Formats: sequence, C-alpha cells, structure tokens
Amino acid sequence: MADHLANWFHPSLDWLAYTIAGAAGAALLLVVALMVAAVSMWLERKISARIQDRLGPTRVGGRYGWLQPLADGLKVLGKEDIIPAQADKLLFRAAPYLAYAAAFCTYMVLPFSGRWVALPLDSAVFMFLAVASLEVPAIILAGYASGSKYSLFGAMREAAQVVSYEIPLALCVVIPVMLAGTLSLSEIAEQQRGWLTSWLVFRNPFVCGAFFVFGICALAHTNRAPFDLPEAESELVAGFMTEYSGFRWVVFFMAEYAAMFAICGLGAILFLGGWNGPIPLTDLLGLRYDAGPLAGWLGDALGAINFIFKCFLGITCMIWMRWTLPRLRIDQVMSLCLKYCIPLATLMLAGCMLWQYAMPGGVVHTVGNAGHSHSPVAECTQHRPHAQRRLSNPLSGPGAPENSSLRQQPRLLLEATSVLLRGN
Amino acid sequence: MQPESVSATQIEYDVQTEQMLLSMGPQHPSTHGVLRLALRTDGEVVLAAMPHIGYLHRCAEKIGEKLTVRQFVPYTDRLDYLAAMNMNLGWALTVEKLLGIEVSEKTMHLRVLVCELDRIASHLVGTCALGLDLGSFTPFMWCFREREKILNLFEALCGARMLYNYVVPGGVMAEPPRGWLEQCRQFLDQFQPVIEDLHVVLTTNDVFIRRTAGIGVLSPQTAISYGCTGPVLRATGVCWDLRRHGEPIYTRMYDDYQFHIAAQTDGRYPQHGRQPPVPGSAVLGDSWHRFYVRLLEIGESAAVVRQAIDKYSRLKGAPSGPIPMRTKLPQAAAYLETEAPKGQLGFLIIGDGSAVPWRVRIRSPSFCNLSAVEEMCRGCLLADVPAIVGSLDIVLGEIDR
Amino acid sequence: MPMPANEPALLDMLKEQFAAAIQEADLSATDPWIQVAAEHLPAVAAFVRDHPQWRMEMLNCITGVDYWRDETTTANVDWQPHIELLYHLSSLARRSRLMLKVVLPRWKEGQVGQLPEVPTVSHIWRTAEWHEREVFDLVGVQFVGHPDLRRILCAEDWVGHPLRKDYQPPAEYRGIPIA
Repeated sequence: MADHLANWFHPSLDWLAYTIAGAAGAALLLVVALMVAAVSMWLERKISARIQDRLGPTRVGGRYGWLQPLADGLKVLGKEDIIPAQADKLLFRAAPYLAYAAAFCTYMVLPFSGRWVALPLDSAVFMFLAVASLEVPAIILAGYASGSKYSLFGAMREAAQVVSYEIPLALCVVIPVMLAGTLSLSEIAEQQRGWLTSWLVFRNPFVCGAFFVFGICALAHTNRAPFDLPEAESELVAGFMTEYSGFRWVVFFMAEYAAMFAICGLGAILFLGGWNGPIPLTDLLGLRYDAGPLAGWLGDALGAINFIFKCFLGITCMIWMRWTLPRLRIDQVMSLCLKYCIPLATLMLAGCMLWQYAMPGGVVHTVGNAGHSHSPVAECTQHRPHAQRRLSNPLSGPGAPENSSLRQQPRLLLEATSVLLRGN
Repeated sequence: MQPESVSATQIEYDVQTEQMLLSMGPQHPSTHGVLRLALRTDGEVVLAAMPHIGYLHRCAEKIGEKLTVRQFVPYTDRLDYLAAMNMNLGWALTVEKLLGIEVSEKTMHLRVLVCELDRIASHLVGTCALGLDLGSFTPFMWCFREREKILNLFEALCGARMLYNYVVPGGVMAEPPRGWLEQCRQFLDQFQPVIEDLHVVLTTNDVFIRRTAGIGVLSPQTAISYGCTGPVLRATGVCWDLRRHGEPIYTRMYDDYQFHIAAQTDGRYPQHGRQPPVPGSAVLGDSWHRFYVRLLEIGESAAVVRQAIDKYSRLKGAPSGPIPMRTKLPQAAAYLETEAPKGQLGFLIIGDGSAVPWRVRIRSPSFCNLSAVEEMCRGCLLADVPAIVGSLDIVLGEIDR
Repeated sequence: MPMPANEPALLDMLKEQFAAAIQEADLSATDPWIQVAAEHLPAVAAFVRDHPQWRMEMLNCITGVDYWRDETTTANVDWQPHIELLYHLSSLARRSRLMLKVVLPRWKEGQVGQLPEVPTVSHIWRTAEWHEREVFDLVGVQFVGHPDLRRILCAEDWVGHPLRKDYQPPAEYRGIPIA
C-alpha cells in the first residue's frame, strides 16, 4: 500500500506517504482488533451462558444481544477511574496501554489473506513471538505499580508462567517454520494452498502433536483458564487487574481478547492452512489476481473470512475450556510446562525432522512427486522466490540474520543426519 | 540446612524469600462472606494463616435474652442462612426439649422433609462454591439452578425463599399447599442427573482432583479435638451423624428412615459402586473427601425426602402448630445438638421462669470447623487456601452470630 | 441411641480421684452434669477425656452464663450472683454426653472490673481455644494459661463484656454513635 501511495507523491515526500499509509493501516487494524474484542466478548458471554444453562445477553441489540459488548463498554467508561494512593501513578497509567500495544502490534504481521497484511515481513514469526511476549513487562508493570500485594502476586505469576511457556510455544512454532522453510507467515500459509490435506497439521503425526502442545501453550500464553493464575479471582481477587477500574481495566480486558485472536491466528496460519479453506475455492473459482483485480480482491476477502472463522473457532475452544475446567495451581502449571510441554514439543520437533528426512515433502507430496524432489532441503530452497525478494525490505533487516540461521538449522541437522545414516 | 533432615516439600520450596503478610478478606471473593485470613506467606507458600472473625457479629445470643422463644425463630434463620430450615429445627427441638413437648408424627415427617430438602440446598451451595473457589464457574450455575427449584418449593410452602420461620417450637407454621408434595417428587425425579453432571465436571475431573486431593488433610483425632463435625468430620472417616447418634428427641424423627451415613469406614463408602470411585491421590480427610461426602449426602437426603413424602401423605390429620407466643419457660436448662448441613448445631436455653430465656447459647458448627483452618493451611500454597476454606463450607452468619 | 453416663460407679470413681474437686453432680438428669472446682478443672477434664470409661473426646461448646441480680432485676429468680461456665462434652466412642459446670464469682475477689479466673482447657481440647476466647470476649472470664486470649467477635479495643447482664453499651465507638 505504501508503495502505491508513494507513486502519487513527489519522491521528496516519500516519508509523508509512508506515514499516511502506516497510519491508515494502523487505524484499520485497530478497528479490526476492537471488533474482534467485541465479538469475542459477546461470544464468551453467550457461550458461557449456554454452557451454564442460561440465556446470556438477550436485550441489547435484539434477540441475541449483539450490542452487549458496546453496552458493557459504555457502562465501564462511566465508572470512576481510581488510582490507588500507593500506586506509581505514571507506570500505573501506562501499563494497560503497553499491554494492549503488545497484543495489538502482533496484528501488524498477521496476514488476514494473501495480500491483506499490514507488514509482510520475512521474519514475521520471529517478530510475532518477540512482540507478543512484550505483554509480560506490561503486566509486571501493572502489578508492581498498583502497590497492592495481590497485584504483585499476579504479576509474578504472569512472569513465571508466560516466560516458561514461551519455550514450548516457540518449539512448536519452529516445526511449521522448518517444514515451510521460511519465517514469513504469508509464505507459510501460501504453501498450504490446496485441499485440506495440504494443511501442515495433517502433514505428519508430529505436527499434529505439536499443534496440540501449541494449543496448550497458547492458552497459557494468553492467561486463559485453566491457566488464568495471574488473575485468579478466587485467590488473588483479580491479580494484576485488582486495582484497575473503568477504562484502564477495559484496555486490559481488550488486550486479553486481542492476544487471544492473535495467537489463534498464529495457530491458524502455522497449522491450519491460514486463509486457505478446506476446499480450495479461490483456485476452483479462479479468484486470483492474475484473473483481474476484482477477482483477486474477492479471493482475498474469501481468504480473510476463512482466516477469521478459524481464529474464532480457536477462541471458541478457549472459551469452552475456560468454562469447563477448574484452575491449575502455579506449581502444577509450571510442572505441566517443564515436565510435559517442553519434552513433548522437543520430541515433536525431532520426530518431525526425521519424518521429513524419511518422507521429504510429506506423505502426499512424496507419493505425488516421487521423482521430483531428492531432499527436503532442496525443496525448501527452491520454493520461495517470493520470500527471497522480500529480503530487501529494510524493516526485515534485524530479523534477517536470525531468519537465515534458523532456516539453516534444520538443513544442517538434516544433512548431518543423512551423512550419519548413509555412512559416508 | 541439613540435607538429611529436609523433607520433600521443604526441598521443593527451599528458596526462602522475605515473608509477606497478606490479608485475605474480609472483602475477598473466596472467603465466603466476611472472613478475614491474615496469611504470612513466603512467596506462594503460606507459613501461617490466622483467621479473624466477627465482622458479621449481630449479637444473636444477646437478642435471644430479650425475646420469647417464638420470637427468636426468625433470628435462627439468619444464623446459617443457607440452611435456615435446619436452624429453625434445632431451635424448635431445643425449646421442645426444655418444655417437654412432643410433636405429632405427621409433623415430624414434614420436618424431616423440609430439613432434608434444605440440606440438599445447602450442600449444593457448599459443593459448587468449592468448584468456584477453584475457578470452575459452570457447576456453580448448575447447582444454583437446582437450588432455585428448592427455594421455589419453600416459597410455595411458607412464602419465604431463604429465611423461612417455618419450623417453630410446637410444630410448623403452615400445612403444605395442595399439590406441593407432588412438586417435591417431580423435583427429585429430575434431580439425579444433576449429581451425575457434578461428578463429571468436578468429582472425577483431573484438574479438580489435582487441586483438592491431599490438600488440607485433617486426621480424625485433630478433627475431633477441634470439634469439627458434620461432613468435615465424616470426611476423616468417622461415622458420626446425629441423625443416628444424637439425642432421642432428634433421632426418633429419623428412626423410620433408611439412609446411609456418608463416611468411609473400612476403606469404602457405603454408597460404593453406585458413585465414582475415590481417586488414588485422595487422602482420607482432605478437601476432595469433604466435597465427596457432601455430594453423597445430597443423594442420601434425596432418598430421605422421598420416604418422607410417602410417610407424610400416608398419615391423616394436620401437622401441629406453634406454641403460644408468650409460653413461660421453666427454671431449667436444655442443651440440644442437631445435625445441620454444616455440622452439629447446638442450642442452649436457660429459662428463669419467664417467657424470655435468661441465656441463649448457640454452638455453631462452622465456628468449630473454621478453627481447624489454622492447622490445615500451614505450609500449603496460596492457591490451596481457597481449596481448604471452600471445602469447609463455612457460613459467616453462623460463625459470627 | 445415646446413653448418658449415668452409672453411679463412674461418679464414685471420679470422686475418689478428685475428692474435693467434685462439688456436685447429677448423672441421671437428661443432661448429666458434674460441678467441678475451678482450679481442678483441667485435671478433671483430662481425666474424663482419657479414661476409657468416659472418653469425652469432643468438647462441643463452652458457655458462660452470668447469673446476676440486683434491685432492678425483674426476673423472679432466687440465685446469688455468680458466673457459671458450662462445658458440654460428648464421647463419640461411648455415645454419651456430659456437662462440666464451673461456678465462678462475678468479679475476682469481689473487685468490680477484675475478671474471674479459671484455668484453660485449650491444651486438652483444641475447640476450647476459640470458645474460651469467645467467653472471655462476651462474658468476661479470664482463662489462665490460654495461648492467645484475645477478643474474637467484638473489636479488639471494645470495652466491656456484652453478655454480662449489667453491661451498658458505650454511647459511641471510635466516634461512631451506637444507637
């Protein structure tokens, strides 16, 4: 978008073009994020109500209470904004926005569809994980600045939990990255184009297992039940949110939903084919950019619907879990991570590597293109003209070294293994 | 630190940090009212828990010295407001013991009926509140839905949903309306699946078991020494229920009824086989057993209510009504304990010859049960405190009186 | 069925053991009771708890009763002013009940304001720990040897003992008027 805009301006005004484009993109994403939060809140209320044999919202906005989140928001805006006397005023004020910013920034690299991505980074996965974990400092800040012991407990739990779960989460993320051979989210999703079987989760049993572990880690990462210890209301009142009220509290709340959507989006792209539906409708209908801009746009829109549907499917599962399970204890949360998630994720990674070696290109592909690819490495490197081109993008600069080294890692490992196995 | 003298738990928590005093309550979502627990913590480990009570002290005993025994009945409602029928019954029986009154058989069956229904209502709150304390909100709503149905029944019976003033010295306040017994039966018919649901989402739920099994273990000796009664005592494996082991004036109400005391004796519960098994990690006297005993008692009470409906409807005539408002009390004392849902509820009335008692004393079951919390919370994790306090099923109205 | 501990042999045994301590007794009453001299209470309590023929493992309740009268008393009573402590015990093993009664003066050595004293039984039954605090708080009895004798239901700085019959509520508490 920025490049299009820049064409209209004098070259000396490039900075203006980029700023306008950036602002427009951010505004659009903000609208999306807010809508996502509102819809998730409504979903949460409605689903929890149904699970509990209630009706949930039925009045505001018609029979199904569509506008309930708006009513809630307005109500909360009318609440008194209290800052405790003990609080560190500046940090206390800043913390919710930092938390929201961390959750929101991930949308920047999240491709909603083929071309619908604010910043098509080559190191998008890396960027996503790095930015998403910025929520931890924000919550520690909130806990520390509140000047309340409950908040501090919540913050410490958040720190312990989220930092620990980042390890298995990253290990699970590495698996699709390894299979796709790229850190670009768009590229990973693009490679899953086709029928349901081309989704990475169906590539081999280890990816399927990794998806399961990813789901657990995603729950823990977003502090959702049964991992909602930082805000465990029966022990810590509301954890790090105890002292917050009114608008600032809503911001925390929206940050949680924004993060939920983002992590579900990450899962959808890495494992569930991203914006590609189970049936390649866009291909069957010819909705591609080579058939004209409108067809391309329609294809993208269809993809975005697909993607958002998958995200909300993930959110629905999270809501379902929350209203079914009791909360774990902090030591159980940690032991689940250290004793089960990390070994499992490592196992999946190793298994996946071996599988790739045994069946390069996956079961289906191997059968289909038997004579075509000799090694997975070759396939990986052949496959990405798109990604290679984007390396020139200045914003992906800092990510690039990690990017390439990460890409090297499975390759080196695989080559080493193959040498060992072949005995020469 | 000597390595050989360190227990497994100590090794796990051997990182000592600065101790912190954490005040849990009186405004806290999981202290079941206005209990305040002053916790001395080392990180997440609770080194000591000091309960502070009295925030709901309404001078019930002092009020009892100013009112006639009939007038005091509504005040007993407000002791354990989740089981007001049983509170009414305890008071009514104590007065009857003091005055030497015997109520008719029909009245007894009606009293059994309402008190056991009330026990179900109280245990529903007790069990689901523990789930809520552990972060499981859904069973809470399910239990409250069922409790609402019981409250509707009580509303039809006496006009009140919580504070009934129904079982009074001498009898009961009113006869059940027409068709009420049939409604009770209908309630019980649809009620059994709810218990199964609770078993699925809580009793056999792995997370729930992990959170409650082996937590807050109370030995029978400690429980008896602290005066713990009711489900808390029975969960330690002591088969003791005043409905069977109490004074004749109380036990004769239950003589004709068939029910089991929900206590694990000889390694098994009497309901063994019809209920989910005890998980391997559960220790007798822990939070899980306290929860389980309550669920079993719900089932037993439901069976008792069924029998009471039959027995009541078989008898002719009307249940007896209350004694006159200003009945004079003898210069004597009467102390009686009954089996309320929370434990043994005792009333002591000392008469001085006038209609107003000279002294009224209330032995509150939750008061004694709570006093053991200090012992149970020592060395547990912060998150276990709600799991322990919740499993005691306390009601502050009764503790503070 | 609960059997009151009404065998006379039991009482004789007790009298033999604690000759002067047992002041009065009626084990055949509906609520069998024994009146014990205050200073011998812990010894008797420990005895009835541990002796295989008593086995009063559980202390159900401690009650303090203020028997008070002066010119203004309307009740038609004939007692001399005193305080009674009632310890309701029960035996789970023997399914029996017992009440220990201790009679105390309303004030120690007749001096108004000096709380009467009785030795604690909190080391014998843990229940007593909170019940004695409550009796101390509301009736005003000093339990000697209690590990932590604080007010339990009233505020820590409350003045007076509300269940004393001559208790006058203060006009205000920390500036809050009491109606």
